[in-house]
Amino acid sequence: MSHVLDREAAEALQAEVERRRAELAELEARLSGWTAAYEATSKRDDTDFTTVSGRVIAPLYTPADTREDEYLRDIGLPGEYPFTRGPYQTMYRTRLWTMRLFSGFATAEETNERYKFLLERGQTGLSVAFDFPTLMGYDSDDPMSEGEVGKCGVAISSLADMETLFDGIPLDRVSVSMTINGPAIMLYCFLLATAEKQGVPFERVRGTIQNDILKEYMAQHAWIYPPEPALKIITDIFEWSAEHAPRFNTISISGYHIREAGATAGQELAYTLKNGFTYVERGIARGLDVDEFAPRLSFFWDVHNDFFEEIAKFRAGRRIWARHMREVYGAQKPESWRLRTHAQTAGVTLTAQQPYNNVARVAYQGLAAVLGGTQSLHTNALDETLALPTEHAVRIALRTQQILAYETGVANTIDPLAGSYFVESLTDQLEDEAEAIFAEIDELGGVVPGIETGYFQGRIARSARRFQDELEAGSRVVVGVNAFEEADEDHGVEILRIDESAGETQRRRLAELRSRRNAEEVTRALADLADAARNDQNLLPPMLDAVRAYATLGEIRVALEDVYGRFKEPISF
Amino acid sequence: MNESALASLSPKQKGLIERFQSGQPLALSRVISHVENHRPGFESMLEALHGAVGRARRIGITGPPGAGKSTLTAALARWYRERDLTVGIIAVDPSSPFTGGALLGDRVRMDDLATEPGIFIRSMASRGSHGGLAASTRETADLLDAFGFDRILLETVGVGQSELEVASSTDSTLVVLVPESGDGIQAMKAGLMEVADLFAVNKADRPGADRLKREIEIVLALRSGKPGRPAAGHHGVDLSSLRAGREDPPQEERAGVADDAWEVPVIPCVASRSEGVEEVAETLEEHFRWLEASGRLADGRRAQAREHARLVLERAMGRQAMQAWESWLATEGADRELESRSPYAISRTVLSEVWPDAPTAEY
Amino acid sequence: MSERKIRVLVAKPGLDGHDRGAKVIAAALRDAGMEVIYTGLHQTPEKIAATALQEDVDVVALSILSGAHMTLFPRVLRLMTENGMDDVLLTGGGIIPSEDIEALQEQGVGQLFGPGTTTGEAVAYISRWFEESGRGVEA
Repeated sequence: MSHVLDREAAEALQAEVERRRAELAELEARLSGWTAAYEATSKRDDTDFTTVSGRVIAPLYTPADTREDEYLRDIGLPGEYPFTRGPYQTMYRTRLWTMRLFSGFATAEETNERYKFLLERGQTGLSVAFDFPTLMGYDSDDPMSEGEVGKCGVAISSLADMETLFDGIPLDRVSVSMTINGPAIMLYCFLLATAEKQGVPFERVRGTIQNDILKEYMAQHAWIYPPEPALKIITDIFEWSAEHAPRFNTISISGYHIREAGATAGQELAYTLKNGFTYVERGIARGLDVDEFAPRLSFFWDVHNDFFEEIAKFRAGRRIWARHMREVYGAQKPESWRLRTHAQTAGVTLTAQQPYNNVARVAYQGLAAVLGGTQSLHTNALDETLALPTEHAVRIALRTQQILAYETGVANTIDPLAGSYFVESLTDQLEDEAEAIFAEIDELGGVVPGIETGYFQGRIARSARRFQDELEAGSRVVVGVNAFEEADEDHGVEILRIDESAGETQRRRLAELRSRRNAEEVTRALADLADAARNDQNLLPPMLDAVRAYATLGEIRVALEDVYGRFKEPISF
Repeated sequence: MNESALASLSPKQKGLIERFQSGQPLALSRVISHVENHRPGFESMLEALHGAVGRARRIGITGPPGAGKSTLTAALARWYRERDLTVGIIAVDPSSPFTGGALLGDRVRMDDLATEPGIFIRSMASRGSHGGLAASTRETADLLDAFGFDRILLETVGVGQSELEVASSTDSTLVVLVPESGDGIQAMKAGLMEVADLFAVNKADRPGADRLKREIEIVLALRSGKPGRPAAGHHGVDLSSLRAGREDPPQEERAGVADDAWEVPVIPCVASRSEGVEEVAETLEEHFRWLEASGRLADGRRAQAREHARLVLERAMGRQAMQAWESWLATEGADRELESRSPYAISRTVLSEVWPDAPTAEY
Repeated sequence: MSERKIRVLVAKPGLDGHDRGAKVIAAALRDAGMEVIYTGLHQTPEKIAATALQEDVDVVALSILSGAHMTLFPRVLRLMTENGMDDVLLTGGGIIPSEDIEALQEQGVGQLFGPGTTTGEAVAYISRWFEESGRGVEA
């Protein structure tokens, strides 16, 4: 699009704004009559007309609820600052969102088979789910891991397991997304070393690591080290990858877990963006050029039940990120201003009661994510509140996205809800709310002091409690749970069972590995790694050496724990 | 072992005391509950075990919320364990004034001590009672003492008078502050100056730690009236009469130690990294040696015993008076009397049930 | 005279960090007038049993969403029994299939609460159990 066209469009829009201003005066007068009539009429008593986040919704929105002169300044065009309408110019007209479903279970062999099956059916990217021990940096044979190995994801304890996971899967052709945080640097090195063994140079490896430690302290709790060393490690990853693995997305700044832990939409939005700003500040403080690493930052939102509020959250998020990146952090490149996001439907909204209803919930949430302009989407399976999903349930979740993409027509036009008085007003409200929360966090001295004093955790727990109270009081209706219940329900949903054999297989494999590798080399590599940590050097090179020597995940974690200590959660209710 | 107290116990309670004496932690735990809940026979149980009380050193740890008391408590406990000393910990948290419930979360900071042999941690809710909390914590400490722990750490949030009282009913009181908790003047306002034998400035790697240390030292110096040489030993505060180091020794005992006042040290530390913990622990040991050498330990323990006996008496009197009150309330005509007579007259009537010879003198 | 408070240990065993449910239930039990000992995340069965012993709790409530319930509940129960706490209730909640709930109850675990349980149900269950156990009146 040329600049001339842009200016013409701008002038026309400006005239429109003028006309609206005149209209507004008359509207205000008529509205007071309407409001009087509304007040005099009886209202339903089965709802208090608030969103699931507790936001009060008005019965009617009009131009009086939107900001004056807002179009060019606040909304604009897709792919242009402030990106309210979307991060890319042509959005789903050029490319649909990526339908990415997260999977992993049991041992590396079993998951490798599942991946090959998916790749043979045309999937081009993989999304790895790890088990809890791996997420926490524990080996499968650690006593703490007992009972959890391979249960909620795949168990990866060393480079050997990662080699098995991607056996026969070329890492220069398949992009790998790894949901890993506390030990992100270890798993990243496992992946890089696996690529190396396949003969794939680092600069050709594509993928994403979640690597968002701040939200772990706030919500999901898969942490290892205290915030300062953890942030240092993340900055090491930014710095090293900008030079050696430029195609890799080094962080996915996630609101998902914050929301799932109970936060409101406004808290999810504000805490996540503030975390993003904190990473940016750390990168700048290290001496990195913001335009070098900011384009590799990406986001991850939850898509909850309140349809319009969720759509507004996506839009407000893009606008706030763009404004801060340009105005506060001085980024010059549009790629640095542009917020790209993955989204997942809200696991916490799935009900164990009448589980087939979850298909409808997931569909509406998926629709909200698409109307919000997401770049990729995971739709939950209907049985995920009962166990890990069965293949059948996963297929329905994927088909839900395909129906959205190809049957509903919602992807035909870009940001179709722009200009809705309600949606624009909600977008503005969420932006204002986020700015107010930013100010509150700044008052505490920033995100890290907020974490250490339990500010975030306490706010999130309180929001969770408010929702639970509303649910139990019946003022918040959840179908099948506190209304429209079925007596003597037999849900009839088949459950996927993961047996205990993964734990045994892993223990045996690790014992073999420990006897096979060169113990002296491992000890030396771990000592070098600890030295690098003590001397505040970039940890990537010595970590890669330790990984190549087949030091295990747990051994590496402990070597660094000796230097950095462990994070202890503040208690806040 | 007090035989008459033991004789008044039920067979089940006797069995519990026997298991306590043979060193079973579950028995200790259950006797504590018995005492904390004032279940029938609890005073006889305490009396039966009283002979074994008095060996442990008791250390109060207090300070504002978020100062890192639990972290420091855990670090001190580890220091003692490295020296083969056993440690009993009492962690007090407030009860909700509305529901009477409580969320006791101090153990999170002491997580790695849960299975450590030689360490026993007990969380207590303040249960909102004034003298009650002081008596319950003291008696729980007595039980830990009788069970054989070498050191007893009593951790409370230093926010209210009763919490301060609890912390200062020990041999030594450690007050923990952090740069964020304000300046020395605020510490003085909160009453922390009166109770401290030792200050720890925790999170000393944060900005403002040096300033806080200096401010506390200045306030201490002002209080002692000896600028530049902060020292303990002030007068006129009720709390001081309960405590070991605070009370001026009788004239004759003072002779040899006249110039030997305890200077309250202010020690920076980072409890989460165990930095400075050694100095805090060693200073606590030093304080105890000073208490012993100066004769203040015996004085302090006597003052503690006096206060404890007073609390037990008050509790016993209260219990009897309340029983009489309940039966008076149940009598016919109580309602009418409440309307027609003054509360003072009613009180005299009830009291004469408990204590027929009660003097009728007015107050 | 002090009123006898119900003491409950709310614990998250294992490496699963999802503590939303544990915190909501802990707060609800406190609001129902109970004394709740909360130990934070990543507890081993040994730590849970030691804490239950030192705190003399009436009830141990575990929250497990990781699928490790068939390992962790029996381990905690065994340690409690070995340490003389066979009169203490072991209960909990999480993502636990109904046939597993039945199997655990046969081993001596109390009621287990699945997704969608109200805090009110859990409070009522614990209060009722306490009443029936006679722990409030034993001498």
